[in-house]
Amino acid sequence: MNVAAPQTPLLKATYRAYVALFFLYLAAPLVAACVFAFNDSTFAALPWRGFTLDWFFGDTDPKIGLFNDRRMLAGLRVSAIVGLIVALLSVAVGTTNAFLFERHHFPFKRLLYILSVIPLVIPGVILGISILVFASMLANGAEAAFGTDLDFLRPGLFLVVLGQFSFLTTITTLVIGARLRKFDIALEEAALNLGASRVRVLRTITLPFLAPAMIAAGLVAFLVSFENFNTTLMLIGSDAPLTITMYDRIAKMGSTPVLNAVSFVLILGSGTLALISILIQRDKPAESGR
Amino acid sequence: MGNRDAARLSLFLLLAPLVLWIGLLIILPHLGIGYLSLREKVAPRVYQFSFANYVDFMREPIYWNTLLRTAVMSVLVTVMTLVVGFPIAYYIAKVAGRRSRAALFLLCLVPLWVSDLVRAFGWIVLLRETGLISGFLQWSGLARGPVELLYNDATVVVGLVYTVVLFMIVPIVSTLDGMDNSLIEAGYNLGGSRWTVLRRIVIPYAMPGIVAGCIIVFMLTAGSYLTPILLGGKNSMWFTEQIYEQFITRYNWESGSTFGILLLAFTSFVVWAGLRLSGQSLATTVAKG
Repeated sequence: MNVAAPQTPLLKATYRAYVALFFLYLAAPLVAACVFAFNDSTFAALPWRGFTLDWFFGDTDPKIGLFNDRRMLAGLRVSAIVGLIVALLSVAVGTTNAFLFERHHFPFKRLLYILSVIPLVIPGVILGISILVFASMLANGAEAAFGTDLDFLRPGLFLVVLGQFSFLTTITTLVIGARLRKFDIALEEAALNLGASRVRVLRTITLPFLAPAMIAAGLVAFLVSFENFNTTLMLIGSDAPLTITMYDRIAKMGSTPVLNAVSFVLILGSGTLALISILIQRDKPAESGR
Repeated sequence: MGNRDAARLSLFLLLAPLVLWIGLLIILPHLGIGYLSLREKVAPRVYQFSFANYVDFMREPIYWNTLLRTAVMSVLVTVMTLVVGFPIAYYIAKVAGRRSRAALFLLCLVPLWVSDLVRAFGWIVLLRETGLISGFLQWSGLARGPVELLYNDATVVVGLVYTVVLFMIVPIVSTLDGMDNSLIEAGYNLGGSRWTVLRRIVIPYAMPGIVAGCIIVFMLTAGSYLTPILLGGKNSMWFTEQIYEQFITRYNWESGSTFGILLLAFTSFVVWAGLRLSGQSLATTVAKG
């Protein structure tokens, strides 16, 4: 018998009902956002006027579908490129950080560790403005001192990448570090004893062991970058990522079902990536408990 | 000898990215806004050191009222999230069977993977005048005309709890996971009531998870931007909105930086006070979670 569970039938039923209600609360807005992507009406609201895919593929005026909407597609492309670069960068630095914290001892290690966790709790808006301010100071300084205009330090995609990288590296460091901690160092020693070089050991033994965590961390970084709004908002120039384009539409035009279509695609995409990252990480059932 | 040099070289090579990242993207930028907040424009292109921006903040009630309001709402959201999330975390960790518990845990994580924007948009579709709930109320005869459920504080709280509740559930589940059921059994055997066992055994055991959850939830709420603005509308009065307004709309970076520093200082203070009150430390909570 599970002593931790409620014992009377009434209490049990109430508890179950509460849990069910909670999951309904979690699902409701996501379902609402998705369903109206398929409603054959120019408003994302009841009544239901029949099923349509026009909000994805339509190309005539009131119903320009997502895949014919130039600005949305441009946003999608920008987000994908930024996400890819940020994911690669943050996994690379996350990996070196993991090795640093798990394998080396050096002065101020604890302080540096705390500093590298902190970006996760700094509000995104503040990360955004601080990087904006610092980059502008550098650009203004360079202009005053050398007369050169460092354009990449002005609001734009370069700063967006830096802004997202600044807190995503914390996540990749934690995920990859957790995996490296489980590594049995005897494996490396055995390979070294058998005459392998350090580089070869790293390439054939340590990195393959870390690969699931690196891929999972990369997927998470890509996803969070793709969906980021607060930091990005402060740093964008003329090219707007998808979340910014979508926000502009919500704020200016209320909403059209195209936004529901975007939501549906985003939910589908992030759900798939999330599932992949979970499956990759749990190669053994024992490890899934965390 | 060569080996030691190699070890030292690899240490430096590994330290370099960390130091560049923390130094150039975290520490120097924050010093940058600190510096900007402490200077005053006295003439075009002429600046001097002063506390004028902070004085302005204190003089303008709308500014510090917004900060105060953001803080009170964030505390409220944190408490609500704990109340809503704790039973769910307890259910997942202690009541659910082995299979359903993994499924429930994954279900809990689903909204986490979905963009803030999509979640807020979903709430808009549900709650606006022409939305689903308003439609349902009219159809069922509970309301005569359209009901606007957006743009009030209750909606903002509901939306914010939705956004952050997972960050409360996850750390509490991982601490409760480690609790042996025999502790609960012993509590009952010694004559404790259900309530006593919860209050004296379960909650103290879960405390590190609760504190970690509260810290993350509070920080995320105080720093949130989308949910209060989209669900609260023009009068949501959220402090991050003020920061955006100073920076982008008014182009007053000095004052915007001041607000940023104040928000950071204020949230750090609340977190510090919370840690002191609960007798926990940052290292045992956030870094572990």
